[in-house]
Amino acid sequence: MNKMTSTLGEAIRLAGLRDGMTVSFHHHLRNGDYVLNMVMAEIAAQGIRDLTVQASSLFDCHAPLVDHIRSGVVTGIETDYMNGYIAKSISEGVMPRPVVFRSHGGRPAAITSGRVHIDVAFIAAPAADKMGNANGVDGPAACGSLGYAIPDSRFADKVVILTDFLTDYPLTPASIEETDVDFVVKVDSIGDPKGIVSGTTRMTRDPVALTIARYASRVIQFSGLLKEGFSFQTGAGGASLAVTQYLKPLMKDLGITGSFGLGGITGYLVDMLKEGYFKRLMDVQCFDLQAVESIKANPLHHEVSAVRYASPLAKSALVDSLDVVVLGATQIDTGFNVNVHTDSGGYITGGSGGHSDTAAGAKLSMIVAPLYRARLPIVVDKVLCVSTPGSTVDVLVTQRGVAVNPANTQLKDSLKASGLPLYEIEELKQMAESYTGTPAHNRPMGRVVADVEYRDGSIIDHIGSVIR
Amino acid sequence: MKILRNAVAGTLESNDVLVAVSPGGGSVQVDVESIVLEQFGPQILKAVTDVAEIMHVTDAAIRLEDRGALDCTIKARVETALRRAMEAQK
Amino acid sequence: MRRSMLFIPGNSPAMLLNADIHQADAVILDLEDAVSPSEKDAARILVRNAISALKFKGTEIIVRVNPLDSGYTRADLENMVPLNPSLIMPTKVSGADDIRSIAAMMTQIEGANGQEPGAVGLMPLLETAEGVLNAYAIAKADKRVKALFLGAEDLTSDLQAIRSKSSQEIFYARGQIVMAARAAGVDVYDTPFTDVNDDDGMAEDAQFARALGFTGKSAISPRHVSIINEVFSPSLKDIDYAREVMAVIEEAKRLGKGAISLHGKMVDKPIVDRARRVLEAARALGLGGAKHE
Repeated sequence: MNKMTSTLGEAIRLAGLRDGMTVSFHHHLRNGDYVLNMVMAEIAAQGIRDLTVQASSLFDCHAPLVDHIRSGVVTGIETDYMNGYIAKSISEGVMPRPVVFRSHGGRPAAITSGRVHIDVAFIAAPAADKMGNANGVDGPAACGSLGYAIPDSRFADKVVILTDFLTDYPLTPASIEETDVDFVVKVDSIGDPKGIVSGTTRMTRDPVALTIARYASRVIQFSGLLKEGFSFQTGAGGASLAVTQYLKPLMKDLGITGSFGLGGITGYLVDMLKEGYFKRLMDVQCFDLQAVESIKANPLHHEVSAVRYASPLAKSALVDSLDVVVLGATQIDTGFNVNVHTDSGGYITGGSGGHSDTAAGAKLSMIVAPLYRARLPIVVDKVLCVSTPGSTVDVLVTQRGVAVNPANTQLKDSLKASGLPLYEIEELKQMAESYTGTPAHNRPMGRVVADVEYRDGSIIDHIGSVIR
Repeated sequence: MKILRNAVAGTLESNDVLVAVSPGGGSVQVDVESIVLEQFGPQILKAVTDVAEIMHVTDAAIRLEDRGALDCTIKARVETALRRAMEAQK
Repeated sequence: MRRSMLFIPGNSPAMLLNADIHQADAVILDLEDAVSPSEKDAARILVRNAISALKFKGTEIIVRVNPLDSGYTRADLENMVPLNPSLIMPTKVSGADDIRSIAAMMTQIEGANGQEPGAVGLMPLLETAEGVLNAYAIAKADKRVKALFLGAEDLTSDLQAIRSKSSQEIFYARGQIVMAARAAGVDVYDTPFTDVNDDDGMAEDAQFARALGFTGKSAISPRHVSIINEVFSPSLKDIDYAREVMAVIEEAKRLGKGAISLHGKMVDKPIVDRARRVLEAARALGLGGAKHE
C-alpha cells in the first residue's frame, strides 16, 4: 500500500475534492503556518470553488484567504478564533455568507456529532511516517501537542498529512494514527518556527497587570478551592500568566500539590510541574519552546485531544473537572457577559477559543482585565458580542476592584475576609467612567458577518459588519 | 492671543496625545484623529476648545493624534502646545 | 503614616493614571530627574492637571520639584502649591538658605492664592555632601520641613564613592541624616533600592534602613512597594509585645508599683515609648486587630 503522493495537487485530486466541499485545518502552527495557504493555493489552481474552510483558528499569516474569498474559491469559514487581516476583512464585509464561530469544545462536539462534516482534513504534521502516523514533537517545525487536529483526523472523510520531516516507520509516539490517514505529502516546509511558538513566554512587567494578578491570586486563595488536588488553567498573556507567579508561593505555604494544569501550556506551568506543584499537565496546545520540549520528554505532560479537552458532548471532558480558570476579556457587561470576539469598535479581533468552555466547566471562572484600556472602560452596559454568557462567569478582577457575580453568593461570602477591594460590577463601571468619561453608545452595526455558536450549538450572538 | 509659530506637545504612547499647533486662518480649527473617536469624539473636541477659550486663543490650527488620553491629559498637552506656540511673543 | 513612597515620572500619562493602585502610602510625582529639560513645561502642566482630575485614592501626593539652580523651581511651585499636595520635595538642597528661599516663595504663592501660609510642607532631598553635612540645619530651617530624604545616587557621585548594592558607602550619610532628622523631630526617608530584579536584596536593604531608624523608604518600582510596606509595618509579634507592655504598665500604676518587669526584663521608659509607637502605627495601619483610624 502506498499513501505517499508525489505532489500536494495529486493528494487533493486523489482525495476527491470537489466544488462545495469542506476542508479542515488545525492551528497548532499558529502564525507560522504555511500549510493552509499552500493547500488553498493549490485548490484554487485546480479550479475548485465554493469551499468551506473549517479551521480551528486563523491568524494574520492566513491573509491570502481573503483573495480566495474574493475569487469565490472560499464561500464559507468556520473557526474558533481569527485575528489580523482576515478578521478585519470579514468585519468589513468581504464575505457574503456569515462566518460561523465555535469554541474549542464546540467545534469537536459539532464534528463528532456529525453536525459538521469534513470532506478532507489537511493536517500539518511536524513529523510523520509514510503511512501517516504523525506527531508534533519532532522535526524542524515542532509545535508540541496536536490536540486540535485529532478529531479532524478521526471524522473527516479523507485525511491528508502534510509534513516536512518524514521519519522511519512506525513513528512513535503518534498523535495522529495511520488508521485514519489516506494520503501523505512531503513538502519543503510546513511552517516558520518563529511564528509557531515563542522562544520563551515572558512574564509581564506591567505594574497594572501585576496588581491584577496579585488580586486574582488572592481571590483563588480565599475561594476555598486552593487545596490538595487543585486544578488550574490560565492564558499565556499579561495578567493571566502572572497569576501563576503569585499562586506558587501560596501553594508552597499551604503545602499542597495540584492534580493538573490544563490548556494551552507555557513554560511557567512546565516549571510548576517540574517543581512538583502539579502532578500532571494536560496539553491541547503548546505556547512556547519549553512546553514543546516538556511534552516530548516528560511522561507527566500529556497531549489531549480537543474532544477530551472541552467537548460538551463527551461523556466527560477535562474542563468539567477544572477548579479555576483565569480568562481575559475585551469587554464585560454588567450581566457578566464577556466579549472576546471583537474590540470596542466592533472589529473582530479574536474568538472564544476555549473561553466559554472553561468558563462553563470550571468551579471558579475568573475574568482578569484592566478597568480601562487607554480610554475605554472594560465594563459596559451591554457587550458588543456575547462570547461567554454571564451565567458561567464568577468574578471580574481589575486593578481597582473585584466584582463577584451576585449569583455566586458563596464566593461573595468567602471573599469578605480577603481584604480585597470588593465592589458591585455597576460600581466598577461607574469607577471606570469617572476616569474615562462616559463613552457614546455604539452606532448600530451593519449586516451580520458572523454567527457565534455557543458550545452547545445554539446561536448565542451575531457580529455585525463595521460598514454600516 | 496669537499663535506665532508651530509647536508640538505630547507623545503617541498609549493614554497620551500628540498635539500640533500652527497659526490659524482666522479662527480656531481643531482636527482630531483618535482611536476612541467614536466613543469620545465630542468630549475630546470640547476639551480642546475649552483650553483654547481659557487661554484666549482665537486663531489657531490645532491637530490631535490621540491614543486614548483622558481629558486632563488632552487639556495638558493642548495647553503646553499653545504656550510653546506663543512663546516667541515674550 | 508613610512607610513607602513610590516615584512616578511626571510626564507619563499612563503611569499617572494608575499611580495609586500600588498601595504606596505616598506617590512622589517627579518633575525633576524623570523629565528631560525640553519637557519640563509639559510635565508641570500634566502633573497639575492630573492632581486636579484624578483621585489618587488612599495615597498621599508629594511633588518633586527642580533644584534652585535649574531656574524651574518657581514655576514648579507656582503650579503645585495651590493644589495643596501633602509635601513638596525640593532637590539638591545644600543648606538652610535653600529652604528659606523656597519657603519664602511658597509663602508668597500661598498668599496670592488665599491659602493659609505654611499650609504645604517640605521634604528636602539631601543628595550632596554639603546637604548631608547640613542636615540638622536644613531640618530646623523652617517649620515647613516635615521630613528629610536621602538621595544616594547623586550623593555617591558627589562623594566620588563607588555605588554598590551593599550600600556600605552611604552608611555614614544614612546615620547622619537619621540623627539630624530625629534631633529636629522630623521624619526621615531612605533612598530607593535600584535593582528591580532583586526582591531579596530589596528586603534586606529596607530592613537595614528600618534598623537605622528611617521612617520609611522610597521605591522606583511598584514591585518594591509591598516589600517596603511589610518591613516598615510592626509585626504581629511586635504588636502583641507592645500590648503586654502597656498592660503591665497599667497594672503597675494601679498597684502603685515603681519598677516593673515583663518576661524577666526591666520595662523602662524607652521600652514603653517604643510600645506606644508600635501601637500607634498598628492603629494607623489597621493591623493586629487594631481598628483602622
